[in-house]
Amino acid sequence: MLVSLKWLRDYVDVDVTPAELAERLTMAGLEVDALSETGPAFSGVRVARILSLKPHPDADHLSLCEVTTGETTYPIVCGAGNIRVGDTVPLALVGATLPGDLVIRSSRIRGEASEGMLCSEEELGIGSDASGIMILPPDLSLGGELGDVLDLGDAVLDIGVTPNRADCLSIVGVAREWAAIAGGKLRVPVTDVVENDEDIEKITSVTIDDPDLCPRYTARIIKGARIGPSPLWIRQRLEAVGLRPINNIVDVTNFVMMELGQPLHAFDYRFLEEGRIVVRRSREGESFISLDGKERVLSADTLLICDGVKPVAIGGIMGGLNSEIQPDTETVLLESAYFNPFSIRRTSRELAMGTDAAFRFERGIDPEGVIRALDRAARLIGEVSGGTICKGVIDRYPRKVETARRIPLRVRRVNDILGTVVPESEMAHILKRLEMVVEPDGEGRFAVTPPTCRIDIVREIDLIEEIARLYGYDRVPATIPAASVIAGVRQEKGAVEERLREIMTGAGYTEAINYSFISPEAVDRLDIGEADQRRCHVRIRNPLTEEQAVLRTTMVYSLLLNAKKNADCGGFDLKLFELGRTFIRCGEGELPQEANRMACLITGLRYEDRWHSRDLRADFYDLKGCVENILDDLGIPVCSFRSGIHEPFLHPGKSCGVFSGEARIGFLGEVHPAVLARMDLTGPIVVCELDMDRLAALYSAKTSFRSIPRFPSSSRDVAFLIRRELEACEVLLPAEESHEELLEKVQIFDIYEGTNLPAGMKSLGLRFSYRSADRTLTDDEVTEVHGRIVQAIVRVTGAAIR
Amino acid sequence: MTGELTALREAAEAELRKAGTEEELQTVRTRYLGRKGLLTGLLRNIGNVNPAERPEFGKRCNEIKEDLSARIDRLLAGMALKKREEALLRERIDVTLPGRGIRRGTLHPVTQVREEICRIFAGLGFSVVEGPEVELDYYNFEALNIPKNHPARDMQDTFYIEENIVLRTHTSPVQVRIMEKTKPPVRILSPGRVYRRDSDISHTPMFHQIEGLLVDRGVTFGDLKGVLTMFLKQVFGEETALRFRPSFFPFTEPSAEVDIRCVMCGGRGCRVCGSSGWVEILGSGMVDPEVFKNVGYDPEEFTGFAFGLGLERIAMLKFGISDIRLFFENDMRFLEQF
Repeated sequence: MLVSLKWLRDYVDVDVTPAELAERLTMAGLEVDALSETGPAFSGVRVARILSLKPHPDADHLSLCEVTTGETTYPIVCGAGNIRVGDTVPLALVGATLPGDLVIRSSRIRGEASEGMLCSEEELGIGSDASGIMILPPDLSLGGELGDVLDLGDAVLDIGVTPNRADCLSIVGVAREWAAIAGGKLRVPVTDVVENDEDIEKITSVTIDDPDLCPRYTARIIKGARIGPSPLWIRQRLEAVGLRPINNIVDVTNFVMMELGQPLHAFDYRFLEEGRIVVRRSREGESFISLDGKERVLSADTLLICDGVKPVAIGGIMGGLNSEIQPDTETVLLESAYFNPFSIRRTSRELAMGTDAAFRFERGIDPEGVIRALDRAARLIGEVSGGTICKGVIDRYPRKVETARRIPLRVRRVNDILGTVVPESEMAHILKRLEMVVEPDGEGRFAVTPPTCRIDIVREIDLIEEIARLYGYDRVPATIPAASVIAGVRQEKGAVEERLREIMTGAGYTEAINYSFISPEAVDRLDIGEADQRRCHVRIRNPLTEEQAVLRTTMVYSLLLNAKKNADCGGFDLKLFELGRTFIRCGEGELPQEANRMACLITGLRYEDRWHSRDLRADFYDLKGCVENILDDLGIPVCSFRSGIHEPFLHPGKSCGVFSGEARIGFLGEVHPAVLARMDLTGPIVVCELDMDRLAALYSAKTSFRSIPRFPSSSRDVAFLIRRELEACEVLLPAEESHEELLEKVQIFDIYEGTNLPAGMKSLGLRFSYRSADRTLTDDEVTEVHGRIVQAIVRVTGAAIR
Repeated sequence: MTGELTALREAAEAELRKAGTEEELQTVRTRYLGRKGLLTGLLRNIGNVNPAERPEFGKRCNEIKEDLSARIDRLLAGMALKKREEALLRERIDVTLPGRGIRRGTLHPVTQVREEICRIFAGLGFSVVEGPEVELDYYNFEALNIPKNHPARDMQDTFYIEENIVLRTHTSPVQVRIMEKTKPPVRILSPGRVYRRDSDISHTPMFHQIEGLLVDRGVTFGDLKGVLTMFLKQVFGEETALRFRPSFFPFTEPSAEVDIRCVMCGGRGCRVCGSSGWVEILGSGMVDPEVFKNVGYDPEEFTGFAFGLGLERIAMLKFGISDIRLFFENDMRFLEQF
């Protein structure tokens, strides 16, 4: 909310700089987001008086004036028709600057000298009136700088009022707060009203059909109003807080809303059929044209202000076009009401009408301030429009709006919560500064009644916050809480995540973080089939864009988009990983199934530096190595990589599932060329995704020591000639299943497919290492075991030995 | 004869000084010390020497012989060494070429900040816990004292999945879930992704928060100040000035926002701090009694404080990043800087 310092000073003394005011308000909970100091938009303009006036000899619409600043008299040529001899006017002297970079020079206009310019409000940037020269009050001292004389300098504070502080959505509210902070005295606006003899009850009536939505409705009638522009002081104040002046009646309603926080509405009484007000709920589909000229179709339960026949306003939100103040309005019905905050909020959301009035009503206005604002506005309308106020107020208040009374406060509790030793008397003093009634209520206890505008204060803790706020958070001593013995819960998932990050960054992968939402078309781009549960999207009802409309069911897609984005900027060599969640929709009303996953992507050169290894492209085995490292590091038992899984977006010949025992814990493979083409990516790109929840469940931090071998090993190399389709693991399996105690390990040292081999065959070179824990093996021993193992391989796989 | 010996020695030394190669040294050796060498010749003719001087003469001869021989050996060894070093130098490589090996990848700046914060609070006995990102309206709002149709809901623009299911707008629902199933004392830290319907240079629809909660007997607002002061000084440096100022969160009371003196301008006022010299860094407060009632804690027996902060915001201040959207574009040129 914008607060003009000049306006604020109408109600409270502020004897600090604007910056200090902003600082102290902020430290008391009214955060000042911005502070701007403004001065007049002109310079070199003086207060002057017209001494003489005669027509220009050579032009019909110009006049020649003699104008004095007291010391000097200037000849001025002027085109405005509203000035008379003796008028006090603003005179821009030669050298003066006006808004729009206009610099005044001495000139001759149709042969007559003009040493300056008389200005309109609009030319000075003070107001919007461009109809004639601005006529100043006659008592201003001649020759004075206009900016100083009119006190045009101001500071505007933009306060971010938190939702609980509805009472500070007004200048008086902020003034009250400042008075409490600075210990000053609040000057409340004058609300005395002089009434005429005509009884309002004879002119109009108010019927509330729905006291739930409208607990209180009050009205006054002003007769004989003349519509015109508001006086400068009102317009200046409205403009300072960002409101556009419209006419004297509407301006007063806005002025009082900003001043006291009570939104008001003025109807042209002529247009109220049967001359009365009825407050009721709308019917479903009822339509209505609001002040802004837009037709609104209302749902049922919208609160409507009607006359005897038709709606004339959407209660608390906006008036209607059919009853607004016109240039020839004479009789005004002024409304001041209390509307149900929830109802206003619902309607303003439904209609997307976040008006200043709705904003205040939905946060909750002072239910006991309704009449005060009504009287204040009536008084001001009388003042500025020349109208008279009819006798009496209509005050329909069928449902009392309760405000808190006598809230119990324990002195000890205050200090227990705050960790302070604030004395009882200081607590009482602080609360009294906030206009609360503080009554003793037994030993160490108070009963506190807040002012009715403080609807946020209903409980003891609310009072404690008030005390803390004004006592000053900076005066509360900082302490460290006494230690309680709490066993820190070590989460397996956290440990696994930490290890994964360590391994992956060590292996050269960089961590990415992608949005959890993706395009619903992602699954199509990945060829994920109809029956696949990854099509069970969690859909966002109100996404920002369709590209972010569903929660991802696989992480791979996001990483592919990252590859695309980087490739577009010339980054073709990429090693990325991400830890995040995927989401699978469950039943209506149920939370989705969230799974923690890790995904990796590698593409481009294996090594960054080309000079070592020209164009070595990363492939399946680079990423597989990483995955093996991870499984090994986490101690995941019985791991295997199995081909023949179906992942629609992976190359069918270069992909596999990752298993622990029979449980599938992830996949790994080259991205399918069709997917690459569709996403405009250049391959090969290898990706993997691992289920972190399963990894965490299988994770074992246990390490047990095996003694270091004391006797040498001996090894034998064999090259097996096998069918090309045969996988290495099938050749290794018989060796493993032989359970030969002396076989220490088998390594693959060569794979060869070439012209000197029979068609469809490949050669697999294996190195078998043998070792005993208690002796050096003899050649014969090794030969015997080795022979058995090789035979088993040949028997099971049909391999030939080269 | 003695004069002859001295002359021979001087001549030999002069020749050694001139000898620049192995061959020349060998020639000198042969000329003086060889079987037909000059010194050998003199020794052979020892019979011509006065018998009284003979022992002395023989001794001198042998001294000169040993001396010359040792000197030649030394020179030869030096030459061999030099030759070997020269040969090695011819094998020299370009040491300015970059080294081989895999360059380490980097952790996302958000992760780095999160890990640092978790480490600090682990020292105070806080455990890391997590909760769902797709959350029931109840946990995200109502249990946190934010009823439906309450203006406080305006503080966070929400993504809806269903009427009563939302993408969590903060990590605070985790507090409620933990308190529902744990008895005090509680010290937890809950990091994670959160979602708000907002997108511009300082807002992304997804970002990360960390939520902290401490509940025990006798926890005070002063404790909140103490713990958060210690924490922020560890993150931003011991010298960092900070201030606690009143604010509003529906689930804490009293509530406080914590500002640190702007790290960009040192408090003089700049674009980052909006000329105030202070930057908002976290929200905090004493857990509202309403929240305790919702989870079955007795607010008369237990008190506690909670705080929440945005990890991107901390990272932006720590690393001087001006556009929050960079965090999620995953451009290597951004990521590899951290």
